[in-house]
Amino acid sequence: MSSVSIPAEVTKSISASRKAIEGGSLSLTSLVQHFIGQIELHNPKVNAFVAVYGNEALAEADRIEQKIKAGTAGKLAGAVIGIKDVLAYQNHGLQSGSKILDNFVSQFTGTAVQRLIDADAIIIGRQNCDEFAMGSASKNPWFGTVKNFANPEKVAGGSSGGSAAAVQACMCHASIGSDTGGSVRQPAAFTGTVGLKPTYSRISRWGLVAYASSFDCIGPIAHNVEDSALLLEVMAGADTHDSTCSSKPVDAYSKAELSGKLKIAVLKQSFSEGVQPEIKNALNTKIEHWKSLGYTVEEVDFSLLDYLLNIYYIITTAEASSNLSRFDGVRYGYRSEKATDLESLYKLSRSEGFGPEVKRRIMLGTFVLSASYYDAYFTKAQKVRRLVKEQTEELLSKYDFLVCPTTPTVAFGINEKVDNPIEMYLNDIFTVQANVCGIPAISIPLGENADKLPFGLQIMAGAFQESKLLAFAKQNEISTLA
Amino acid sequence: MEVNKETVKKIAHLSRLQFTDQEEDKLVGEMTNILSWMEKLNELDTTTVEPLIHMSAELNVVREDIVKDELPHKNALLNAPKKDSDYFRVPKVIE
Repeated sequence: MSSVSIPAEVTKSISASRKAIEGGSLSLTSLVQHFIGQIELHNPKVNAFVAVYGNEALAEADRIEQKIKAGTAGKLAGAVIGIKDVLAYQNHGLQSGSKILDNFVSQFTGTAVQRLIDADAIIIGRQNCDEFAMGSASKNPWFGTVKNFANPEKVAGGSSGGSAAAVQACMCHASIGSDTGGSVRQPAAFTGTVGLKPTYSRISRWGLVAYASSFDCIGPIAHNVEDSALLLEVMAGADTHDSTCSSKPVDAYSKAELSGKLKIAVLKQSFSEGVQPEIKNALNTKIEHWKSLGYTVEEVDFSLLDYLLNIYYIITTAEASSNLSRFDGVRYGYRSEKATDLESLYKLSRSEGFGPEVKRRIMLGTFVLSASYYDAYFTKAQKVRRLVKEQTEELLSKYDFLVCPTTPTVAFGINEKVDNPIEMYLNDIFTVQANVCGIPAISIPLGENADKLPFGLQIMAGAFQESKLLAFAKQNEISTLA
Repeated sequence: MEVNKETVKKIAHLSRLQFTDQEEDKLVGEMTNILSWMEKLNELDTTTVEPLIHMSAELNVVREDIVKDELPHKNALLNAPKKDSDYFRVPKVIE
C-alpha cells in the first residue's frame, strides 16, 4: 500500500480523479500505486484479476501525468481501467478464461481498448470471467471463482464477474466487460455497480473474442453513470475493422440531459413470484417517485418474455459452435500431447482445452445447426426473435423506457444452481431481451437486502437512444461516494 | 426431443469433441432436457414471419482494397504450439 492517503472520491470517479490531478492535490502515480495496493490486498480473496500490469501502469502514470500538466491529455487521463479477459491487448495475454488459449499472447489491440489507450486511460490488468463469457456466475474451471466483495460466499455474477468485483472492491475506476445476454448488467447488479450494454453495433467488436456474434456487445462497468457515459463516448463509433459497427455519429453521452415528462413502462413480470420482495419494494418506491415527478408510469405485459431465453440459447449456442470452431490446437493455444493424427489433434485439444459448460454449448449449437434440425430450432428461433424485436420496438415507440429489476434475486451462493443448467439460465430472464433485440440497457444500483447484498434496476431504451438512457439513469442513481 | 447416445456421439464428432462413456450418458440427459425446453418456441405460430438474420443496420459496407501487413508472418507463428521457421506443424496427414 502507498503511504499517501487517497480520498475515496478519487478512486470512485474518473472526473474527480482528473480534477484532483489537475488541481495538484493528487498524483496519478500514487493513485495507481493505491489501486495496485488494493489489488494486492483483496485479489487473493476476490479473484477478480488474472493478470496485473503494475509496472506498465506506473510507467504510464508518469507519462500521462506529464501530459495533464502540459494540457495535452486525452479525455480519459486520470482513469485506471481493468479489461475482461476477452479483449485483445497487444503483447498481453488473452485466454477468454479458457485453457484452450493457454499462453496466448495477443498480436494486436482491439478497437475499444485502443480507443481507451488513445484517450490516455491506464490499463491495469486483465479480469477473470466465465470461460468464453458463457455463464452467470464467473465460476471459471481454470482460473477459479470470482467472489462477491460484499460477501465472499456469494458469486459476483457473470460472465463479467471479475470486472464487476474489481470495481466493487475499488481495484480500479472502471472495467470493460462484454454483454451477450446480461454479462455486464447482471454482475453490476450483484455488486452494486453501474453496467451498460450499448446498442448492438455501437462499439466495434474488433478484438473481442467472439461468443455469439449477433448478440455480443462491449460495455463498461463503473461506479457511476457519468463514468459509464464517458467510457462509451470514447469507445463507440465506426471502425474499418468491423463492418457491422454502426456508422451513426457518437453523441456526447456524458453531457446528455433529460427533457419533458417521461413515459415509463414497467414490465409486469417485475412483480412475479420469482422476484425477491426487497427488489419489488424498492422498485415500487421508484415508481412512486417517478409518479411524483409527473411521469406517466404504466405496467406493461410483455407476452413473449417467456420465450426469450429459449431464443437466446438456441441462437447463441449455434453461433458459439461456429465461432469456437477456430480453436483447433493448430495455430495457437493449447495442443494435446496425446494426439496421434490430425483428427485426434483436433478432438483431444478441444476436449481437454474447453471446460464443461463450453462443451455443452458447442454440442447444443452443433445440434441445432445440424441439417435435420436446422429449421425446427435455429430458423424457428430467428423467427421468434423478429417477433420479440418488433413487439419491443412497438412498446418503446409508445414509452421512453422499459424498466424492470436487472435480476430476480440478489447474488446467489457459490454452490447454488450447480446441477441444473436451465435454472442457471433463468437468472438472465430480464437481461436477455436487450440482446435479443439489440437495444441499449443499463443496470444501476436500486438497493440492498438485509444482508447488504445489492440489486439493480434495469432500464432499456430504443436503439441508439443511449443519451436519453444515460440521462435518465443519472437522474435515478444512488450516490456511491458516501 | 429425445436425444440418444448415438446422436451424442454423432454431434460430438461434428463438433470435433470426444467424451468418455460417462460424459456421454450425462450429455444424453442434459441435451434432452435443454432441447425439450427450447421447443417451447413451437407454441408460437410463425408461418408468416421471416427469420431475423442480421442485427446490424449497416448495409453493403465497402472500402478500397488496400494491401496492408496486418499480421506479419513472424507474429502469426508466435502463438503456435508447434512450428518450424515458416509453417505450423501438425501430425503427418498423408501416409
